[in-house]
Amino acid sequence: MAKSHVTTTVNGDEYEFLCDTEQTLLDILRDELLLTGTKEGCATGDCGACSVMLDGCLVCACLVLGVEAAGKSIETVEGLAHGDELHPLQQKFLEHNGAQCGICTPGMLIAAKALLEVEPDPSETEIRYWLAGNLCRCTGYDKIIRAVMAAAEEMREVRS
Amino acid sequence: MSEDPAMPASARLVGAHVPLIDGVEKVSGRAEYTADLAHRDALVGRIFRSPYSHAKITRLDVTDALALPGVAAIVTGEDCDVPFGVLPIAQNEYPLARDRVRYRGEPVAAVAAIDETVAEAALRLIRMEVEELPAYYDPEKARMPGAVELHADRPGNLERDVHHEFGDVEAGFAAADIVLEKVYDCAEVTHVQMEPDVSLAEYDAERDRLTLHTCTQVPYYVHLRVAQCLGMDTSRVRVVKPYVGGGFGHRSETLNFEIIACILARAARAKVRLKLSREETFVTHRGRPATRIKLKIGMIKDGRMTACACETLQAGGAYGGYGIVTILYSGALLNAIYDIPAVKFDGYRVYTNTPPCGAMRGHGTVNVRFAFESLLDQMADELGLDPFEVRRRNLLEAPVRTINDMMVESYGLPQCLDWVEEASGWKARRGNLPKGKGLGLACSHYVSGAAKPVHWTGEPHAVVNLKLDFDGGVTILTGTADIGQGSSTVLAQIVGEVLGLDLDRVSVVANDSRITPKDNGSYSSRVTFMVGNAAIEAAEKLKGILAEAAARKLDAKAEDIECLGEIYRVQGGQDPGLPFQEVVDEALAESGTITVKGTFTVPRSHQGGRYRGAGVGPSMAYSYAAVATEVTVDEDTGRVTVDKVWVAHDCGFAINRLACEGQIQGAVWMGLGQALSEETRYHKGLPLGPNMFDYRVPTIVESPDIEVKIVESIDPNGPFGAKEASEGALAAVIPALANAVADAIGLRMDETPVTPDRVIDAILRKERGRGRKRSAA
Repeated sequence: MAKSHVTTTVNGDEYEFLCDTEQTLLDILRDELLLTGTKEGCATGDCGACSVMLDGCLVCACLVLGVEAAGKSIETVEGLAHGDELHPLQQKFLEHNGAQCGICTPGMLIAAKALLEVEPDPSETEIRYWLAGNLCRCTGYDKIIRAVMAAAEEMREVRS
Repeated sequence: MSEDPAMPASARLVGAHVPLIDGVEKVSGRAEYTADLAHRDALVGRIFRSPYSHAKITRLDVTDALALPGVAAIVTGEDCDVPFGVLPIAQNEYPLARDRVRYRGEPVAAVAAIDETVAEAALRLIRMEVEELPAYYDPEKARMPGAVELHADRPGNLERDVHHEFGDVEAGFAAADIVLEKVYDCAEVTHVQMEPDVSLAEYDAERDRLTLHTCTQVPYYVHLRVAQCLGMDTSRVRVVKPYVGGGFGHRSETLNFEIIACILARAARAKVRLKLSREETFVTHRGRPATRIKLKIGMIKDGRMTACACETLQAGGAYGGYGIVTILYSGALLNAIYDIPAVKFDGYRVYTNTPPCGAMRGHGTVNVRFAFESLLDQMADELGLDPFEVRRRNLLEAPVRTINDMMVESYGLPQCLDWVEEASGWKARRGNLPKGKGLGLACSHYVSGAAKPVHWTGEPHAVVNLKLDFDGGVTILTGTADIGQGSSTVLAQIVGEVLGLDLDRVSVVANDSRITPKDNGSYSSRVTFMVGNAAIEAAEKLKGILAEAAARKLDAKAEDIECLGEIYRVQGGQDPGLPFQEVVDEALAESGTITVKGTFTVPRSHQGGRYRGAGVGPSMAYSYAAVATEVTVDEDTGRVTVDKVWVAHDCGFAINRLACEGQIQGAVWMGLGQALSEETRYHKGLPLGPNMFDYRVPTIVESPDIEVKIVESIDPNGPFGAKEASEGALAAVIPALANAVADAIGLRMDETPVTPDRVIDAILRKERGRGRKRSAA
């Protein structure tokens, strides 16, 4: 079957690619656009490792088709830092050891950023429920929660 | 300066909260895992797997598949007649089944094709005919007389039986005031590391060389087994370990797909990427076996144990793997935590027609510890003793050689107990909690590396090279596999500490068999202890060379030179000293670039006894942990909620406090998964729900606050006193949870996981029991 020609925006940059109908957005990001920061943990929407923002919505890239990205705007982990400066969430994940093996980390960061956009001052319980779709097998989650809370605090201070 | 007496006076790097040195790569998405490596020029590999649990292969026809345009190669069991397995004495698995398949999902053939579509179409054209054989999923049935043998040399499907008795067990039971015997069952669990399995193999046909990038904890073992199975000289094989997304034991032996990728690459004379799905990763397994434990403990009234007898039956799956080690660990680590005068162990590791089990975090010790700490708690209850008290009555006094010849030289369990008791508010709160809430306690321990290596060649247990070059950088060359636990960071801290340098002057190159010295890998919590000690030795050597150079420049004696904060100077002198780069220039002026080596070997005195099976269990140091859990049990739904966990872990000395806390929390949390919800299930050998939704790893919502106390007993042989920190606390949390449930609702759970179904069953059994009593009355 003929491939589809897709134009999309990733982290502010415009990309064009040819896409098989069955290729997922995750495959496209990783294999076609070579943005391998977004990880595959399950490819069935169970683990959240491939969480990205699609037109402002938090999605699992493995559950979105590449062709659905046409004309949309995507944010991935590669777009979090500003130049040399890590995003506060990245900085706090680093400082608090919120990343061990690192496979869940990009998805956690994107999901946490989405939370802080709607709730800049989340409680621990709110963080837990918001991140419930993102599995981590290394940390037991505690340090992830500490990192998100510390980042939220820093971002609030910067804003005020 | 820290007030902690445990910390060396000059400590700047060790003992600190140091973020992982590769953390920036991980949070930025730049870290390259095997699946991230460029692969546009690679063929796509796919595996054809057995749909049968146990069958003789009577015909395997790949003709049509091979004729499909775009298929570059198809390989089968015909392509490799060399068996593999991590233990040299138990190699009975072929990368691709030959003649017989022994579990559903076992690789039978593999395809390399130009893309996924062609590869999958080719799999559908492979024809396999079989003669089915009786299959065994229950180890009791596999052991029955007349059962078909999975492996010709193993009658009764018994992979290994172990019979150890130390001390006079019969006399111990005779002397006891109370003897209790119970049976416990633990379901099979698996690792579910976040990164699915993947290998990238490249065959250089002109030179007959092979390069494998793979997600392993044991690059060196992979190197050996790949060369062995392909019949290649090891010097022609290069194994590279990129970033690895967790392991927990899954990757502590060479796995079939890694060898298959190489066989495919050689057959196709090309580069092949073999990426397994999550389902295939589940089937590759090597997790903790389903275990039945019959445990008997004798105790006198004051709580002291007089004897223990333990019979353990493990459903090991279809192949050997680490199985012999697993069953030996189950027995050996009945010792070295409490002072028990007599211990008897009978272990049976049985082959079953399910995916092979292997090593999983807390290898071999976890299920037995669940049984032990559960029964200990119940006996304390029957004698009216507090759970803390009964454990304190049985403490070891270090240094001590255990009855099964293991050396315990540092023992922080008493301090662990004290902290957990205090932090959990045990004395005031236990027995005074609202209905349905309970507190439970348990302890556990683990080795800091196996004193006897898998390959018993007499070589050092660990080797580290340090390179000092004209750029003033110190490069650690190590074969140690950082799989997320932070081993590279710990080694950089150690070397920086010894040399008195800043962390950013030290870099780590790990895991390229072309460059880095051989290392046995990241398993049995060996790295910090063994490789850490080798790193200290290497750094001391380099420090000696630098001190000599500084002494020449400063016209002083080398022994008077100190290095602190990148300045080399004469101790106590007024001279401002020399900047590090000047010392380096002097040191290298005549010799050029320097590489020094440090090694570490466990002395014979710590390698265990001389009886059969004595090689498993001995370690140069043991970690200890005490865990208390607080739970809420809903008696209507059977649901157990963990409200809080307190864990104190004696890791000797925390070289990296941040990473240690993370390891301890992660271990406790993984134990909670086994305690609450995790269980692989099969229907006639078919995995049910081999995905991350049905296999219930706890989510962040179900995960409690885990408060960690690091206890530092300063082991005399550990690097800066350090011992293991990532496995020892796992086992304790499972019985701590079961004991808390008993405290909450008065019912002893003797099966894991403690699911709502099992809790409700236990409640109903109790109610029916009451009913019978009433009707009899």
